[in-house]
Amino acid sequence: MLKIDHLSKRYVTGAEPVEVLTDVSFEMAAGETLALEGESGSGKSTLLHLVGGLDQVSGGRIVVDGTDITDLPDHKTAQLRRETIGLIFQQFNLIPSLTVASNIAFHARLSGRHDPEWSAYLAEKIGLHEHLDKYPEAISGGQQQRVAIARSLAARPRLLLADEPTGNLDEATADQVLGLMLESATEAGTAILMVTHSTRQAARMQRRLTLSRGRVQGVPAQAAVS
Amino acid sequence: MNVKPFISLCFVNIWLGAAAMAQGFAGLGGDAEGFALPQRGYVFDFPADHGPHPEFRIEWWYLTANLRDADGVAYGLQWTLFRSALEPVERPGWDSPQLWLAHAAVTTPTGHHVAERRARGGIGQAGVKAAPFEAWIDDWHMQGPSLDKLALRASGTDFSYQMQLEAKGPLVLHGDGGYSQKSASGRASYYYSQPFFDIAGTLTLPQGDIAVTGHAWMDREWASQPLGASQVSWDWFSMAFDGGDRLMGFTLRDTEGGAYTAATWIDTEGGATAFADGAFRAEPLATSTVAGRQIPTLWRAQLPEKGVDVTVEALNADAWMATSIPYWEGPVTIRGSHAGRGYLEMTGY
Amino acid sequence: MTRPGLMALMSHWRRNPWQLATLIAGLALATALWCGVQAINAEARASYQRASDILASGDLEQMRKRDGTTISTDEYVSLRRMGWQVSPVLEGNFTVGGQTVRMIGIEPMTMPRPVGFENTENTIEDASRLRVHPDDLAIFANIDVEVQGDAGRSPGTALGDISTVQQVLEAPDQITRLIVDPIQPVGLPPLPDQYVVEGRTGQNDVARLTRSFHLNLTAFGLLSFAVGLFIVYGAVGLAFEQRRGVFRTLRAMGMPLRQLMILLALELGVFALVAGGLGVALGYFIAAALLPDVAATLRGLYGADISGHLRLRPSWWLSGLGMALAGTGVAAVAALIKLARMPLLSFNHPRAMSMHALASGRWLAGVAMLLLAAGVVMSIWGQGLIAGFSLLACLLLGAAFCLPLFLALTLEGAGRLSKGVLAQWFWADSRQQLPGLSMALMALLLAMAANIGVSTMVSSFRLTFTGYLDQRLSSELYLRLATPQEANVIVADLAARGVTVLPIMSVDARIAGLPAEIYGLRDDATYRENWPVLHSVPDVWDRLAAGEGALINEQLARRNDLHPGDMLATGDRILGVYSDYGNSEGQVIIAEAAFSQRYPQKQATHFGLRTNDPVGLAADLRARYGLTGEALIDQKQLKAFSLSVFERTFSVTSALNLLTLSVAGLAILISLLTLATLRLPQLAPVWALGLTRRHLAFLEVLRALCLALVTGIFAIPLGLALAWVLLAVVNVEAFGWQLPMFLFPAEYLQLGALTLLAALLAAVWPAIRLARTPPDKLLRVFSNER
Repeated sequence: MLKIDHLSKRYVTGAEPVEVLTDVSFEMAAGETLALEGESGSGKSTLLHLVGGLDQVSGGRIVVDGTDITDLPDHKTAQLRRETIGLIFQQFNLIPSLTVASNIAFHARLSGRHDPEWSAYLAEKIGLHEHLDKYPEAISGGQQQRVAIARSLAARPRLLLADEPTGNLDEATADQVLGLMLESATEAGTAILMVTHSTRQAARMQRRLTLSRGRVQGVPAQAAVS
Repeated sequence: MNVKPFISLCFVNIWLGAAAMAQGFAGLGGDAEGFALPQRGYVFDFPADHGPHPEFRIEWWYLTANLRDADGVAYGLQWTLFRSALEPVERPGWDSPQLWLAHAAVTTPTGHHVAERRARGGIGQAGVKAAPFEAWIDDWHMQGPSLDKLALRASGTDFSYQMQLEAKGPLVLHGDGGYSQKSASGRASYYYSQPFFDIAGTLTLPQGDIAVTGHAWMDREWASQPLGASQVSWDWFSMAFDGGDRLMGFTLRDTEGGAYTAATWIDTEGGATAFADGAFRAEPLATSTVAGRQIPTLWRAQLPEKGVDVTVEALNADAWMATSIPYWEGPVTIRGSHAGRGYLEMTGY
Repeated sequence: MTRPGLMALMSHWRRNPWQLATLIAGLALATALWCGVQAINAEARASYQRASDILASGDLEQMRKRDGTTISTDEYVSLRRMGWQVSPVLEGNFTVGGQTVRMIGIEPMTMPRPVGFENTENTIEDASRLRVHPDDLAIFANIDVEVQGDAGRSPGTALGDISTVQQVLEAPDQITRLIVDPIQPVGLPPLPDQYVVEGRTGQNDVARLTRSFHLNLTAFGLLSFAVGLFIVYGAVGLAFEQRRGVFRTLRAMGMPLRQLMILLALELGVFALVAGGLGVALGYFIAAALLPDVAATLRGLYGADISGHLRLRPSWWLSGLGMALAGTGVAAVAALIKLARMPLLSFNHPRAMSMHALASGRWLAGVAMLLLAAGVVMSIWGQGLIAGFSLLACLLLGAAFCLPLFLALTLEGAGRLSKGVLAQWFWADSRQQLPGLSMALMALLLAMAANIGVSTMVSSFRLTFTGYLDQRLSSELYLRLATPQEANVIVADLAARGVTVLPIMSVDARIAGLPAEIYGLRDDATYRENWPVLHSVPDVWDRLAAGEGALINEQLARRNDLHPGDMLATGDRILGVYSDYGNSEGQVIIAEAAFSQRYPQKQATHFGLRTNDPVGLAADLRARYGLTGEALIDQKQLKAFSLSVFERTFSVTSALNLLTLSVAGLAILISLLTLATLRLPQLAPVWALGLTRRHLAFLEVLRALCLALVTGIFAIPLGLALAWVLLAVVNVEAFGWQLPMFLFPAEYLQLGALTLLAALLAAVWPAIRLARTPPDKLLRVFSNER
């Protein structure tokens, strides 16, 4: 499903290039859930963005669902995001000019895999069917994140990338939202790569991987493939 | 009566854009530039000298009158024609260097009506002929078989008058046989008067026609450079006392606050006595606000050698001549050692 | 607190210099446009004033000989000696080596008020000198007159004392006309019959029409003011919007609201002054660039004495600064009120203002309805030019305030109709952007409406006027002779040659207390085919020829509410009403026979000639009878002349059109640039969901074009309404006659294309910036990290 091979990423911001990721390798199988842990600045989010084709790698390879995305042009990575990958961020996932219902359907329609029943089911499941006609600014942060999850899964992506999706929520809400995400992903057959700070939440994933200063910690690269 | 030269020279500047007063003075103080100068000992030739003298820079025919209607209400009347020359010659046609300006006014105890006329010489729009006498500008005229018997007419937007005048006495020469000195340094003009006119006629005012009678005083003066550079203003008095004597006096004030005065005492027979600088004195006693300025409208005038010590009070303080070059001119009432009526002119305020 | 507060406020500008630049540029350009138009207006007005004092088109009445001959010195003096306060003017052309100078000789002593020689530095000697433009000095090199160069004079004209001009023109004893002093003495005898006093607006049809040109400029000034105000409002409003975060932080740190508001007011005051100053300077250049055309137009119209020299008149540069300050002030009040109401703690991201485009649109539309209602009330009950201009203002502002609602409804409709997910998002997103763009779009609306309105007015004017010339001046040649004797000889000669001679006879009269002219007209196909009759009874020409009544001009009809069938005070039944553009007086036309019967002493000296060979006939007449100047006028030349005048008017109008649109385009640019930062949270999710930045950028440009297009469509009816008000209300109030309105679809299309081009140019740069936004900047939207 996902194969990351000796990946590195450097940013040139000041005089000195800063290496954010160094020689990162691991793989994920279809439908697998993996927690990506690490301190602030360890490169978790960067890794996620690279996998999502939102940023360019400096070295190594990323293969998503059989496609090497390392050197893909802009419009191909955009296509990958439309059709194969779902993305959930910590905040501002939603399109403010569209209603909750339109937001949920947006990604699916964009990818050409819109299934109204599935979307309705997801809306029902995340408990937002009463708020479908509202605009994102009219609902709470937790509700917004739930809409983001529903939207990502409505397109039935092969891989869901989540960057601290519950980071802005209180613990109880966070648990609930994560539960919904895991359940729905299982139903959709979607693999999840989730960046998190929370050990509690990481523990709910099938596997955990820790990044430290841009390197995978503890488990040797090969061992991660199992 | 040095007032007028200033006015008459300045009026040529009117259409050039209201020259500053100071500029006008500078012009007056300048040299004669080919213009003739008055000479002591000149013998007047009448009636020829009633006519214009184009070789002199400035000249005027200046008539003022104190009038009463049937009810005894007092009025004042003015008819003035100024000549001003750009060159000391007259040429026929539009190219004439002679310019003419005229003022007419009627003063009542409560009102003051003013009109102004302007013309250039050479084309017949304005001029003066000595005999038979005719002075005119547009539809205004002062004319008759001789200077002793005249018809007078003027009109403005809100008034007009028609008068008949008859001289009851001789002409009076001021200064030294008509040579009138205007400053200690010797600037002078030719100056004579006819102070003995009887006048009668009709004033047409907004309130209607009014028949009036009274006496009038005509001044004739011509010169080329009568004012000193430092002389800034003047006050001129003509007084007709109830006893029949008459007095002309003027004060020329300069920038240093000094004054040059002259006067002529005229007895009932027309005998004239000229008084040198300092004999005549005039001091303001009270002022009125007229046209935004402080104008002395109550004076004390003295000529001790003739026992004259009078107050001179304006009939109407508002006798402001709002013409191209504004000044004050109006009828006055005289009280004190002598009683009577007269005219006062003030410029430079 | 003040110092750090000020530093915090200023640091925003330091970090976003282009925002500051656009704010200043917006203010400066708005000021410049206003100021430039004002400058041209002030200059034109002053020139007009100057010209009108000397020339026949002015405020003073003119006296001429009824028979058209010159006035002699003796005649002048005899009028003066009657008491008539008149001042002579001699006019004529002086030609040397193919160069012609229009000479005007005046008599300064009797001139009603100081004219021409405005300089107080003049001395007596100046009077005899001829005043000419420095470029024309050479023409007088061999003439024995004193000539003085005066850059304030128009090239091709000379002003001097009448004696000097008589000498140069070798016309001693000649006076062209007399200026009648408004102050006349009581008891004035009646004017001898050989003289005629012409009304204040003079005798020249062309000259009378020029006031409309002036009105055109005034209207442009007003419109540019409105456009400028919107731009200033938008720029200042956005400057506040951008710094919400800073304000909140400052307030949270304990800065009192009062102090913050004072600081902001001060800051804006400084900006307004700086930008206003820049704008005034820029306006000066705009005016200086356009003025030669305006001057040429007016010179053409008045025949003389318009200076192409621009002066720094306090009236316009002060108004420019005032405009910058007032506009900023109005905008600042609204923004400060918003600031005062802003909650201290709010988690809202500085989003592009409100979501509720429809709600705020409705509110504005409510205000708009009030304004439009006021306009209707004014058009029904109001009177005079002020009511006309107020109606104009109400219409413009009302329509502008309607625009947001109109756009919101249009976009909503488009969203409903669209099927694709991207299209739906596109419309929804466009609607969300409306509040941020509406000020700029209102400015664009006003700019385009103004352009349509003024173009329509000028074009209608041209069409009407040239049409009018065709109709009224339908004869090929016009002959104006001095005496009936001369006329008899020449007319007999012409008749023998088979030339149709149409006598033009008129007398002055008073109808309903106002001056009017009565004309006797020969029944001829020339008139039947061409005369611009507006309404009439059937068989109007037959009945006129039969002496059954009269035709009257529109002015007389409007003033006295007369219609065909009514009786005139002269005892004639009104058979018809015809248009008579530019005339301010009433006119009555009766049949030639009736005229001769009524006014037997009148003999025609003025004729229209119909001929197939006007050039040959004119040359022949000139040679044979020594006719010069106004005595023989070739109608074609007159038309060519007036057309050339309009061409210049057009060049000024199109230049101003382009400028207004550019300024409106800049307003859009400012708004888009400002919105760009605020829009990242709206665009980032769409990007993350699989749209490339280029695709998004393309959509942004498309959005700007769509909004401009909808605005443009809305602007067309508004512009036409504007033109209608200018032609049918303002013009009637100003001059007493209505200009028919013509439509120029091709011109509107061209304007529409220009508007889209302006919007495109404005949108391209922000779009390129978006396409090049680094991904990490977009990603930053999603996380609190970094």
